[in-house]
Order: sequence, then C-alpha cells, then structure tokens
Amino acid sequence: MKVLDRVGRATIDLLEYAGGITTLAGESGSFMMRMRIRFIETINQCYFLGVQSISIVILTSLFTGMVISLESAVQAVQFGIGSLVGGAVAFASVRELGPMLTAVVVAGRVGSAIAAEIGSMVVTEQIEALTSMGLEPTRFLVVPRLLAMLVMLPLLTIFADVVSIAGGMWIAQTYAHISSDSFIASARQAIGFEDIVKGLVKSLVFAVIIALVGAYQGLSTRGGAAGVGKATTGAVVISIIMIFVSNFALSFVLFGGH
Amino acid sequence: MAAIVARLDGVSLQYGERVILRNCSLDIVEGAITCIIGLSGAGKSTILRLIDGLRRPDAGHVYLREHDICHMPERELNEIRRKVSLSFQFAALLDSLTVGENVALPLREHTRLHDDAIRKIVLDALESVGLGSTYDNMPSELSGGMLKRAGFARAIVTRPELVLYDEPTTGLDPIVTHLITDTIVRLRNKLNGTAVVISHDLQSIYMMADYVAMLFEGAIIAYGTVDEIRTSSNPLVQQFLEGSEVGPIPI
Ligand SMILES: Nc1ncnc2c1ncn2[C@@H]1O[C@H](COP(=O)(O)OP(=O)(O)OP(=O)(O)O)[C@@H](O)[C@H]1O
Ligand SMILES: [Mg+2]
Repeated sequence: MKVLDRVGRATIDLLEYAGGITTLAGESGSFMMRMRIRFIETINQCYFLGVQSISIVILTSLFTGMVISLESAVQAVQFGIGSLVGGAVAFASVRELGPMLTAVVVAGRVGSAIAAEIGSMVVTEQIEALTSMGLEPTRFLVVPRLLAMLVMLPLLTIFADVVSIAGGMWIAQTYAHISSDSFIASARQAIGFEDIVKGLVKSLVFAVIIALVGAYQGLSTRGGAAGVGKATTGAVVISIIMIFVSNFALSFVLFGGH
Repeated sequence: MAAIVARLDGVSLQYGERVILRNCSLDIVEGAITCIIGLSGAGKSTILRLIDGLRRPDAGHVYLREHDICHMPERELNEIRRKVSLSFQFAALLDSLTVGENVALPLREHTRLHDDAIRKIVLDALESVGLGSTYDNMPSELSGGMLKRAGFARAIVTRPELVLYDEPTTGLDPIVTHLITDTIVRLRNKLNGTAVVISHDLQSIYMMADYVAMLFEGAIIAYGTVDEIRTSSNPLVQQFLEGSEVGPIPI
C-alpha cells in the first residue's frame, strides 16, 4: 500500500509541476502576444544570460568537435574513408551535439542563475512587493528572461556548431592529415541548410525549457536560503533531464529515420 | 457614518495545520488611521496581505470598497491595487535597482509622467524620510532602518487612497520615528487618505491613531478610539498595553 501511495503522490506532484510550468508558459505567451514587454530589461538579460555564456559554449563545443574528430578520423583513415570525417563531425554537431550541449551548458549557468535570483526575491518578499504594486512578476521577470533565451540560445548554438566543426577540422588535419578542403566538402555534403534550421528549432525548445523551469523553480521557492539552494539545484537537474528527453523526441519528429 | 474602505468579514486562514486567523472581522474607516496591535506572530502582517490581495483567505470575505477581492482574477485585482499600497515590514526593495529606481518604479509603470517629473517626486519622497542623498545607492548599501524608510517612501510616492504600513517605525531612532509618524498623519490630512498601521510603538500609536484594533488568537478582540482602548476593561488589552507578564495572555 505504501508503494502505491508513494507512486500516487509522485504522479500528483509531477502533474502539478507540469501544470505550473504550463500556466507560466501560457501567462508569458499572453504577455508577449500583447507586446507587454520590457525591452531594456530584455536586452540586459540577453547580455547577462547570452553574451556572458559565449566563452563556456565555445570551450565545450570546441573540445566536443575535436574529440569526435579524433575518434573518427584515425579509424576512418585506416578504413580508407577519411573523406567522410568532415561529414561525421558536421552531422553530429549540427543535428545533435551543438544544440544539446549548448543547452546543457546554458542550463547549468543560466537556469541556475534565473532560479537563484527569482528564488531569493521570493524569500525576501520582493515578488510580493511587485505584486502589491500591481506589477505581474511574470511580465516583470519571466518574460524578459524567456525572450532573452529565445534570442540568445539559437545564436549560441550557431556559434557552437561552427566552433565544433572548426575544432574537428583542425584535429582531422593534424592527426589524420585530412585536408581542410576535403573535410569541408564532406561536411557540406552531409548536412543541408534544413539540418541547421532543425537544430535551431531544437534550441528554441531548449530555451523555453531553461527559462521556464528556472523561473518556475525560483517562483516556487519556499523557506529561506536553504530553499533557494534547493530551487537552484532543482532547476538545473530538471531542465537537463527535460532537455535530454525532448532532444530525443525532437530528433524523432524532425529527422525521423533520415 | 463614514465609508468603509476595506473590510475583513469572518476571515479564516491557516498555514498547514496552524490556524492564524479564525473568523476575524475588521472595518477600515475612510480617512482614518487605524492601528493594529497584537503579539508578535499573531497575524498582523497577514491581515495586511489579505487586504492587499497577496493572500486569499480559506473562508470569509475581504472587501476593498464594494469589491469582494477573494475570488477576483489577478488582472482585475491589479487595477484596484493601484489605489492601495503596502509598506513592507522588511522593506522588500528590489535589490537589482537603485533606491531611486525602486521608489520611482510604481510611477514609471503606472503613470505617464516624464522622467524629470518622476525624479523630482521621488527625491521629494526620499527627502521626506531623510534619505535624499541615497538616490543612487543600491539597497545593499543601506542600513536596515534606511531600507525601511525607502520602502516607506515607495509606498507613499503614488499618493494612494489606502496605505498599509507594516511596522513603519520599528527599529528606528526616536527622531526618525517621530518624522515617520508625522508623515503618516500629514499624508492623511493632506489627501484625506486612509491608513492602516501595524505598530508596537504605543507612543506613536497614541499620537496618530483614530482607531485601534487588537488582534489576539486569530480575531480582533478589541476595537475603538485611542481613549476607548486605553480605558478598556478587557484584561487582555490592559495587560498588553502595560506590557505586564502577569495576566490572561499566556507567554
Ligand atoms: N509563509 C508562511 N508559512 C507558514 N507560516 C507562516 C507564513 N507566514 C506567516 N506564517 C505564520 O503566521 C503567523 C502570523 O504571521 P504574521 O507575519 O502575520 O505575524 P505578525 O503578527 O505580523 O508578527 P510580527 O509582529 O512578529 O511581525 C506567524 O506565527 C507565522 O509563523
Ligand atoms: Mg509582521
């Protein structure tokens, strides 16, 4: 009975969480639709959340591209298909690793920052103060962060794609003596414009996940500094899990068997 | 008969198992300063939150003018809230904005005033609480008492019909306490506004209050003018005003 009880409770919690996120999404969407947007704050958030994430995105994607190339190039040359390495790196980067790794890294940096900032505003009654002034916390805090993520995550993803392919090209050249011309030719053959667009569609979904989970965790913070810590950890863990799951679903839908 | 600006009608509220308010009723009379007294943790701040619609009661009704705000959608409530403001017990300034921007916020968001005009109003409000020089400071650079005064300035800057002050003078020096008490009275006189003040400071209550309400064990057990309360025969009220350890109030 205890087990059933627990399963039941967990299901209710999960549904409640999903409901909360959906409501927040609906409210945010409604403010955006009515153009009730704080532009300057949104631009500030683009800087804090996006521009300041560039360096970690570049670092992680550079080494990812390099390692894919390292693993595939030496073997490919052994089998006499060295000319396919560029394709392999580009394919993996643009369709999967670029969008997903960027999202995961940004979830760690930005999702936590959003949750911690909003969470500490909850425990110091700043959110109540906003509400009491007739200012909706969703419009005031969530929408600028959501918009900033929607603008910046695709840009960061493009960065990641480029850097990852460039890193792969460099390793292919130095370790497997695959010329950059052959690498690029192969890459261009493997991926088309629509692959890049689909990768960016993924990053839009991830942007929504990071911003909304971070904000929701922050807004549902209870109980002082310890609560803020819990909310922050939760934001990172939950958004990363959701990114992995939705990445699979999106790959399935967008790329199907192709 | 003076009009009623805000009314709690048989309100009950609990946090988890803990009952905070039990069938509590209170009328806030227009143009008057109503002070709420009661033990620490009795639920005084909770009453202000109910009046401002930040909490919804488990049972009973809360009215602002003729509107029952208990089931009012947030968007509608926001319209009414512009005429009400709450000065928080712990200031609750936004720590991402300067003190000046904090006080300017309600004006920026709800009026079409020009930046220069807003700056002037904000400076006036800050000066009225002795904080003129902190306009460009961040809240983290202010002391607790200064924060509290900045929160006070933010609450009065829009000249709302109803201002809810949560312990506006607690922790302030006697001179500033006098200044704040004076400001509350002056605002009421000038704008015929209504004020609800939570305070533990009997001196300033006697100075400014038109009515005093005492909250005890979830309900208002005494209500009246300052004289009526001071001469009340209710042993609970007497013990509270005397600050005595012996009496019916359990410690
Ligand atoms: N978010 C909350 N969760 C659980 N309990 C709460 C919460 N907020 C307040 N309480 C409880 O409700 C009671 C009333 O709180 P409230 O802040 O209204 O007291 P108060 O009369 O303003 O006290 P004080 O004079 O110390 O400010 C307290 O006992 C407190 O423990
Ligand atoms: Mg209080």
